[in-house]
Amino acid sequence: MKIILNNRHETFEHDRLTINQLLEIKKFTFKMLVVKVNGELVRRHEFDQVSVKDGDDVMVLHLVTGG
Amino acid sequence: MSFARAMEIGNYLKKFTVGIAGCGGLGSNCAVALARAGVGKLVIADYDIVTVHNLNRQYYFHDQIGRLKVHALQENIGRINPETVVKAFDLKLCTSDVVDLFSRCDVIVEAFDKAEMKYMIIETVLDKMPGKPLIVGDGMAGWGNTAQIGCRKSDNLIVCGDEHSEVNEDCPVLAPRVGIVAHMQANEVLDILLRDFVPGSE
Repeated sequence: MKIILNNRHETFEHDRLTINQLLEIKKFTFKMLVVKVNGELVRRHEFDQVSVKDGDDVMVLHLVTGG
Repeated sequence: MSFARAMEIGNYLKKFTVGIAGCGGLGSNCAVALARAGVGKLVIADYDIVTVHNLNRQYYFHDQIGRLKVHALQENIGRINPETVVKAFDLKLCTSDVVDLFSRCDVIVEAFDKAEMKYMIIETVLDKMPGKPLIVGDGMAGWGNTAQIGCRKSDNLIVCGDEHSEVNEDCPVLAPRVGIVAHMQANEVLDILLRDFVPGSE
């Protein structure tokens, strides 16, 4: 499948990936992540249920302390 | 001529309200920039008091140590632009406060310190106030690396910062980088508020 991840085109061998699988492949191991798929927020407890498929627009935002 | 245009923009901005969640390095500097531009009303919230350690980057003065940040900031803004109305809330924001305080704001600025709080307000705004512009500051500790600081948008969520530099004992937050991000946030606020501004029509 081809998706847009953080505004960049990316290709994966899988037809579908759960959010947790995607985060693992991309090595997004940070604690505080905001994930949006096609503009919709995916809550942390849904990371194993919600999947990403061909054509999806995915945002993964790493929140860091400081301000 | 440019002075006249700045006046016109200031006049136009009077009708808007901006919510600022947190009055530390991001919030205090962002609020001052928006007051200088002429934004009519600021809704600010923080529970903390000014300490000597805040003065390396936050918009407070030495003689304000010990005072509530929201009251000190209200006073400082009053000295810069008395026409900006500042509604100050001394509280540690939770989900219901975010909705109560900011649902009538035109734009919300996230200016918290802790990543958990940043997550809370992002989740709350996307969930309870869909369509409301939220401008987040994310990643600005340390110094240098100016070009790594950027801004990206996903619908109504706007993220300013390098999305990477976390504060720790060896990497404090310092005035220049947090000031850059705070002013980027203020700049994004103006970009939204001035969307329908037509020069010469005021």
